[in-house]
Amino acid sequence: MVEVKRKKNTFNDIVNKIGFPTIFIGGFWILLLIAGGALGISVITLLSDTIKRAGMNGILVLAMVPSIQSGTGPNFALPVGIVCGLFALVCSIEFGFTGWAWLFVAIAFAIPLAAFVGYLYGRLLNAVKGSEMTIATYTGFSIVAAMCLAWLMIPFKSPNMGWFIGKGLRETIQLDAIGGAQILSNFLRFSLFAEEGLIAVNSDTGIIIPTGMLLLFLICCVIVWLYFRSKSGIAISAGGINPKFAQSSGINIDRCRIKANVLSTILAAIGIIVYSQGYGYAQLYSAPLMMAFAAVAAVLIGGASAQRAKVSHVIIGVLIYQGLFTTALPVANQMFEGTDLSEILRMIIQNGIILYALTKVKGGDN
Amino acid sequence: MSDNLLRLINVSKEYSGNKVLKDINLELKKGQIHALIGENGAGKSTLMNILFGMSVIHTTGGFEGSIEIEGKTAEIKSPHDAMDYGIGMVHQEFMLIPGFTIMENIKLNREITKPNIVSRIFGKRLETLDIKRMNEDTRKALDVLDMSIEEYVQVAGLPVGHMQFIEIAREIDKTGLKILVFDEPTAVLAETEAANLLKAIKKLAGQGIGILFISHRLDEVVEVADVVTVLRDGELVATKNIKDTNKYEIAQLMVGRSITIDREEGRNRNIVDETILEIKDLHVAMPGERVKGVDIKVKKGEIVGIGGLAGQGKLGIANGIMGIFPAQGEVIFKGKKLPLNDPKSVIKSGIAFVSEDRRGVGLLLDESIEANIAFTAMQINDDFLKNFGPIKLKDSAKIRDHANKMIKDLDIRCTSSLQRVGSLSGGNQQKVCIARALTLNPELLLVSEPTRGIDIGAKKLVLDLLKQLNNEGMTIIMTSSELAELRSICDRILIICEGKVEGELPPDAPDAEFGLMMSGSANGRSEGREA
Repeated sequence: MVEVKRKKNTFNDIVNKIGFPTIFIGGFWILLLIAGGALGISVITLLSDTIKRAGMNGILVLAMVPSIQSGTGPNFALPVGIVCGLFALVCSIEFGFTGWAWLFVAIAFAIPLAAFVGYLYGRLLNAVKGSEMTIATYTGFSIVAAMCLAWLMIPFKSPNMGWFIGKGLRETIQLDAIGGAQILSNFLRFSLFAEEGLIAVNSDTGIIIPTGMLLLFLICCVIVWLYFRSKSGIAISAGGINPKFAQSSGINIDRCRIKANVLSTILAAIGIIVYSQGYGYAQLYSAPLMMAFAAVAAVLIGGASAQRAKVSHVIIGVLIYQGLFTTALPVANQMFEGTDLSEILRMIIQNGIILYALTKVKGGDN
Repeated sequence: MSDNLLRLINVSKEYSGNKVLKDINLELKKGQIHALIGENGAGKSTLMNILFGMSVIHTTGGFEGSIEIEGKTAEIKSPHDAMDYGIGMVHQEFMLIPGFTIMENIKLNREITKPNIVSRIFGKRLETLDIKRMNEDTRKALDVLDMSIEEYVQVAGLPVGHMQFIEIAREIDKTGLKILVFDEPTAVLAETEAANLLKAIKKLAGQGIGILFISHRLDEVVEVADVVTVLRDGELVATKNIKDTNKYEIAQLMVGRSITIDREEGRNRNIVDETILEIKDLHVAMPGERVKGVDIKVKKGEIVGIGGLAGQGKLGIANGIMGIFPAQGEVIFKGKKLPLNDPKSVIKSGIAFVSEDRRGVGLLLDESIEANIAFTAMQINDDFLKNFGPIKLKDSAKIRDHANKMIKDLDIRCTSSLQRVGSLSGGNQQKVCIARALTLNPELLLVSEPTRGIDIGAKKLVLDLLKQLNNEGMTIIMTSSELAELRSICDRILIICEGKVEGELPPDAPDAEFGLMMSGSANGRSEGREA
């Protein structure tokens, strides 16, 4: 009897440690994978897509860590960083760079631009303490709308980006025209369980590992992890957990919050460049509008709360979240033919998770 | 019998095994003004909460004993019951709506209405307000208080004195008011306003209302009350007719403790005749603990105590020096002017602070002991860091060594330096706070309420630790609500009252001197005695 009870406790402990939503959503993903296998969908393809999408979205999700740690909550203003990245990306095309040069110039230009914009955004957040999340959401929406105008009016001449008739940039810019599509993903790419063998290079079957993209994601993860072990990062975390404590230790909390949001915005800018090359297209105009929500949901599924987030939450979260949706789409299509339930399911889970996490936020910094 | 309004019979209350009230017996007659006096934590508010049936009492297991109103046992289960029994209360902070007129404030939720067509169909809630009758009622209530102000004036912008009277008028206006409780009514009033209020209280008593008057201003109590009851540590110390006693005796009863003060003398003191800290005209805007201009000089090697009742501003001083709350004035440390409102430079100059709000300000509860201890020193002095080019990463090994040394030196009881601070006992948490301050190697240590919320054994350890630090040459300013502990280790004690230094006493001064100073009537006493 006692033995049974103890076992139950440890089970509860594990649930508490990982977090109920993480286990629930993770379990649901595995269930879908099994169902997919039973319905005759290739599980290998599903896993392959999951890894690809996780790699594409990883850095965007990572951008949540600094802002959550600094106490400004999940960065709902992710589009701010995203448009910086997109702007750097189109500039790099306009200046005629192709291939690797295009990628490096885009990232190199995106970083200072995002740092500057992130600084202004941090100033804004310091002016609206207490309602950061709402302000962030609307900042994100507003900047996307403002950039819609900018994309139309930018006097760029590159034929790779313009409308065929009239002025302005296209909604979707194909990156293979400049040799940028999957350039990072294909770096050192290999396949697991391919038809050619267990590990095969240059194969399009099996579980494709986009090594370059995953490497960059992991490097960014290590940088963020290290940063939060540095003097400056520890100050940011302390300011996020207990502003009064940090203040009494002589920390300028406002400056910490700005630093964190600069970092978050830079990560978002790099993130969208990596995303675009993986996807093969750069999407302008209203495409970034809802990207913050997927990233917020992913980090929360990974076990973060609106006040605490770790790099491990990002890795777990992005895998489970992207896994769920790459799997749900074909499985749902197979089960309910002719409907688009998967998209509805996606919206329910994505927004449900955000809602769940926000109800756990303890009021303000009192 | 008939003029016995209220009787509390053997009222006791426990909060989770902790007795906060012990067998309180109290009687209030018609037209009597009964003063209730005691230090903070003496049990005054608990007693009032019981009288008003506040939910804190009933959710923590109710109370023992009984309450009789006009000779009949009363069951007061909620504030609403209390109102039905004719008990009213005038609050310390005003509960008025600024945008409403005086009449609207007084009549809020007790409006007089008359039926109209809509209300006949949809019910009483939609009846028309009878403004005329409400104005008449309000006028009557204001007239009782000799207030000539018009009832249709908006509350916003009125002087505080008026607001206090409007609160009282609201209570008077309630039909069947028998008992009126004043909770430190004069705390926020200017002198003339306070005098008016006391006059009004006497007038109300003259109309047969029984008045319970909570205050710690002894002058007022002696002036206005008929009977005084002194509470101390949850016990009723004495109930006396005001005619048979005097301020001096009341003050002694209020402070005097059965606990003996163990003060070892003759330790090797090394007070140097060198002023280490000088405070000139310091004002601090700390909510609830406002400091309104203090001048203090501290000598090197001293332990200076700062005492006084809660809300008088004693806690504001240390918080103001550290720059945690906005401060004005001049603070000179080691001959150099300290920048105010800049915690970083203050810590850098060699002052460390242990906050009175241990869980809120003093600790990161979810972090480990070592993270807490090292944090400030890492941020301010760049200790415990390894440099990798421009990047400074924390040096975990160094932090661990230092934390383990502190755990040993201060005898912090824990499983390891990685234990969460939130899971430690209060006394050990306090030691972690002190360890964090000591890690900065300060010359001057400001400690606020070092023994709040920790058990007796741990209290002694913390106080011994402070003494030991002082013997090693550290200057200490200790702020505490517990007079006994100030008297046990301090060289001299400053009493703060109404945001100013009321006076300075040696630790072995008689109880009554402390009591009078804390209630702000030290000067009045000497005059009174001579007369």
